[in-house]
Amino acid sequence: MIVLDLALNAVATGIVLGSIYALLALGLAITFGILHIPNVAHPAIVIAGAYAVVVLNRFGLDPILAGLLWSIPFYFIGLAFYEFYARSFESRGGGNTLQSLTLFFGISLVIEIALVVAYGTDLRSVRVGYVGESLRLGTVAIPYRFLVPALITPVVVFLLWLYLSKTNTGLAIRAVAHDERAVSVAGVNPTAIKRHAFGIATALAVIAGAALVITGPVDPFAGRIHIGRVFAIVVLAGMGTIPGTLAAAIIIGVAESLVMSFASPSWAPGVAFAILLATLALRPTGLFGGVR
Amino acid sequence: MTLPRFALVAALLVVAGLFLPMVIPNPYYFYAGYVVLQYVVIATGWNILGGYAGYTNFGASAFFGAGAYAAAFLFKAFGLPLIFQILGAAAVGMFLGVATGYLTLRIQGVYFAIATVALVIVLETLVHNTEYLGGASGMTHIAPPPPAWFGGQTQFVFWVMLVIAACAVVLARWLELSWIGRGLRAIRASEPAAESCGVPTLRLKLLACALSGGVMAAAGAPYPTYTSYLDPVSAFSLLIGLNALAMPLIGGTRNWKGPVIGALLLASVQQIATVTISSEFNILAVGVVLIAFVVLAPEGLLGLKSAWARPKLRLSGAKP
Amino acid sequence: MSEPLLSVRDVSKSFGAIKALGPVGLDVAEGERLGIIGPNGSGKTTLINCITGFFRPDTGTISYKGQDITRLPAYRRARLGLSRSFQIPHPFTGMTVIENLLVPMDYGATSARKELENAEEILRSVGLAERRDHPAEQLSQLELRKLELARALAARPAILIADEAMAGLSEAEIDDILSVLFELNRAGVTVIMIEHIMHAVMRYSERVICLETGQVIAEGSPEKITSSPVVQKVYFGEQTAR
Ligand SMILES: Nc1ncnc2c1ncn2[C@@H]1O[C@H](COP(=O)(O)OP(=O)(O)OP(=O)(O)O)[C@@H](O)[C@H]1O
Ligand SMILES: [Mg+2]
Repeated sequence: MIVLDLALNAVATGIVLGSIYALLALGLAITFGILHIPNVAHPAIVIAGAYAVVVLNRFGLDPILAGLLWSIPFYFIGLAFYEFYARSFESRGGGNTLQSLTLFFGISLVIEIALVVAYGTDLRSVRVGYVGESLRLGTVAIPYRFLVPALITPVVVFLLWLYLSKTNTGLAIRAVAHDERAVSVAGVNPTAIKRHAFGIATALAVIAGAALVITGPVDPFAGRIHIGRVFAIVVLAGMGTIPGTLAAAIIIGVAESLVMSFASPSWAPGVAFAILLATLALRPTGLFGGVR
Repeated sequence: MTLPRFALVAALLVVAGLFLPMVIPNPYYFYAGYVVLQYVVIATGWNILGGYAGYTNFGASAFFGAGAYAAAFLFKAFGLPLIFQILGAAAVGMFLGVATGYLTLRIQGVYFAIATVALVIVLETLVHNTEYLGGASGMTHIAPPPPAWFGGQTQFVFWVMLVIAACAVVLARWLELSWIGRGLRAIRASEPAAESCGVPTLRLKLLACALSGGVMAAAGAPYPTYTSYLDPVSAFSLLIGLNALAMPLIGGTRNWKGPVIGALLLASVQQIATVTISSEFNILAVGVVLIAFVVLAPEGLLGLKSAWARPKLRLSGAKP
Repeated sequence: MSEPLLSVRDVSKSFGAIKALGPVGLDVAEGERLGIIGPNGSGKTTLINCITGFFRPDTGTISYKGQDITRLPAYRRARLGLSRSFQIPHPFTGMTVIENLLVPMDYGATSARKELENAEEILRSVGLAERRDHPAEQLSQLELRKLELARALAARPAILIADEAMAGLSEAEIDDILSVLFELNRAGVTVIMIEHIMHAVMRYSERVICLETGQVIAEGSPEKITSSPVVQKVYFGEQTAR
């Protein structure tokens, strides 16, 4: 019976954990999954977003509200970011993965150190009323600090899915990755579309940052542990499917949670990568991706 | 310079290194020089795959750390001498390289890069959970006293690293001049075109993975002897992975000189800088330099130079 | 006709919902000069990719010299003597022009002696001789096309497949390339030419195949193809419309 309780708890925690991971991965599902830009700086941007949320929280603002507020300036930062990337590479004939990966790697370091310089290496957290309390359903207990951010995910996933598959701009984003020429023939500027998509991805990062910092305190390097995990999710999902991203994230969340409960928490970081390697070896198109 | 002559010069340098302890009394120089040479090896090893073939490896520290732990394990379990620790570490690195490459290279270069990020964390997790290797807190490594000639352990490992560096550079140089190097350059430029010319791209990439991984792991093997202590945080340090990438990019990735120049420059600056500034700024500086080079001088310092020089023909290259 | 050198049977290839090719079948005899024409997107390049091993066909088999090569990797086919040029040039950047030719010589089918002289000879024949020592990335788009062809020649192929090797060349240059290819064919090499430049294919080929939406819609002598109403409709109609 204890084992069953433990398992139930682990699965519940895993689902909650997974939907928070999904939030972290959504931006990457756009940049890497759809646009094929290997933005390894995404988790660092999430952490920068978390710090931005902490700043507004000082003034008593709710973290989620703060995240929403910040998402607008972050959208514009994303535009600038893409512009820098595009001018550095795409104009040059682009497509050199080594160089663009290296660029993003460098950028993530600069973000991290900028945070260290500005705030030091101490942990930062937000103040919310419900920290420390849990929702109890029978033997299952889920802390609100996990539950609340996890509940943002379905909303964001739904809205994003709606945007990408029902609006003209959203469809253009998908189309531009597929065939740039066809889009420009249709009278849409492909660079502008990609820049816009990158802006949305960056705006999503700050919302993910808000969710992450509710779950627990962050330090400037907190993004690193997520790099492999978010890529694992995007690849497992099948590059750029939005509902698939949520499902893949939950699979990874549950797997990690089970390992934490039944093996040892110290094994958990390896789980996502084991799944990533297995996916790449066995089903490189991902679980929900079509053959490309 | 032909390859035999090149190897001869390298060998002479190694022999000259034997006499350094007599000329330089202060062991600090060997202590710092060891790190610089270690980066020459890492950067050279990284460049075999990253430079010649164009496949980014973010996980140099996985290979370095695996080499260090393999060496420590071989010593603890069997008491093997340093030379066998190095060979064992190289074998482990080659295996890791081939395994990672085999799983990911068939698909796309980006996945390989991401898998290498993953590899660091997987190995670190593994070590964390292995009691025998000291877990998270690390393990002491008391190496037997060095040959009396060297006057001290530091001088000895410095020389050992000099030997490894000489071997690594000669290997890189040989690859570059041989048909393998030409095939790797073809892969870097265009894999479909390389295939259409009869280049077995997958096999060649796996070979490059193996050699690159082996060299980087060999760079880690003397590390436990050097510090007498081994822990996961320093063995799998991010700075190693970052430097492995930055040094060839700064020097230039097209030939053996680039990583050597990049490593000598950057590692020396870092050795001087760590005395004066914090390690955070160290990382920041490398990050900024990395961005600047990728954006402004993607061919590195040597690329800037050869933009003025006239192109020359490389003639050598035996048959497969 | 004796046993064909290359034989394609019921080969088809789809990308997702798009059926790009087939099923098609065709035989190529040793020493033949075959032209393949067809409007944009009709599956010509896809067919070549299936033959040379860059795509694995969904159905069908490909055999070469009586051997089933359907599942052979591309580089093995290249070593067997199947050589191609790419429609969009894929130069080996970071190498000089002449070193580009040394790659197929290093890895290719025959162990050619006097590599360098051969390579220089080939460069002369396509008109790239004075670019010999320039880095490939400095070539113009036109020169890249010539390099593409030169590199395919350097592999000393048994079958040369040229995918739009002459697009953008001047009339004089087309004549030069055609005479190189005639020469090559006289030396016993089978040539498959994919081309939009009608007068060039028609002049060169002994037999022409016309593809349309992945199907062979016409096949025969250049005269027959030129006058075929089906071909006129899908091909020349579209050409004049553009
Ligand atoms: N890698 C690919 N992925 C998806 N679709 C592809 C791919 N390659 C070709 N296609 C599609 O297959 C069809 C046939 O293309 P193909 O390149 O074979 O035509 P083609 O006859 O060579 O045309 P062109 O004269 O323009 O070169 C086209 O609809 C094209 O969009
Ligand atoms: Mg084509």
